[in-house]
Amino acid sequence: MRSFAEWLDTHAWSTALHESLWMYPLIESTHVLTVMLFVGMLAMVDLRLVGLAFRNVAVSHLTGRLLPWSVAGFVIMIATGVLLFYAIPVRTYESVWFRVKVVLLIAGGINAWWFHRRVQRDRTFWDTSPKPPIAVRVVGGVSLAIWAGVIVCGRMIAYNWFDCDRDPSPFVAWMAGCVVEASM
Amino acid sequence: MFETFDTLEQTWIGQTIRESLWLFPGIEAVHLLGLAILGGSVLVVDLRLLGAGLTRATVPAVLASARPWFLGSLALMFATGIPLFLSEAIKCYYNTSFWVKMGALAIGIVFTFGVRNRVAMRRDAPRWATALVGAISLMVWFTVAAAGRWIGFS
Repeated sequence: MRSFAEWLDTHAWSTALHESLWMYPLIESTHVLTVMLFVGMLAMVDLRLVGLAFRNVAVSHLTGRLLPWSVAGFVIMIATGVLLFYAIPVRTYESVWFRVKVVLLIAGGINAWWFHRRVQRDRTFWDTSPKPPIAVRVVGGVSLAIWAGVIVCGRMIAYNWFDCDRDPSPFVAWMAGCVVEASM
Repeated sequence: MFETFDTLEQTWIGQTIRESLWLFPGIEAVHLLGLAILGGSVLVVDLRLLGAGLTRATVPAVLASARPWFLGSLALMFATGIPLFLSEAIKCYYNTSFWVKMGALAIGIVFTFGVRNRVAMRRDAPRWATALVGAISLMVWFTVAAAGRWIGFS
């Protein structure tokens, strides 16, 4: 994995993107602003699952009409996120925040899968219920917490407190996969 | 005007944030969480005004449900945005993006409460009027967010 990141780092386009005056900030801004579409729409659905918003609208109507917008946002997030990683591969790969963010992304995916595969099975019984059953509310709450964590970690990648070149504690160094340079 | 910003830069809130390693990023992260909810609560109403999204619910019903989340996230944006501003008031004074954001924010608040929400509550509003109001609202709030992000680049 690290050698893959190092290989990306050798690309001329990676360096060009990182050092570009306009492209990097534009891609970064698109990534940040799309949070309104992706997490914003998802949060409205989650708040409905928890029973805190749109209580008089059927859950299936929210998932059917708002999730496509959220998925569109997610596609933009992945596309811009991959480009941002491509621009700064090694440092990002060794970022504790990035690693926690990836774990949370996977957790968010599993939670969404769980909702669509299992929790939604008996939806006809609670679709119009202002306050869905506990299993549904838990999925919505977990989703809100996970995506909040993803946003916070994403923001923190930009800061360098835990970077490998700043002598982090052994635990952080292990988490970040810092390579100990052998002294010659 | 500059004197005011200079005074604001010297407040203890601003100084505390400047001297701390964690405070600025921490407050910034909460500001971003607010952005997600604010964006969602604006979008869901504006999409409905444009005839998309929750079309099986009436516009007033969508607005009524989104409103507390809009107001709550807007309050959170102020509660986090003001300390961030106080920590770098002079930088903001010379920052075009900051002034664009403040202008768009003022327009956004006046437009949302003065025009958009009133049109949304009227059942006899013509389709073109609701669509126009939804489109303007989307553009104004997008400008607030985009200019806000750009403060950090310039």
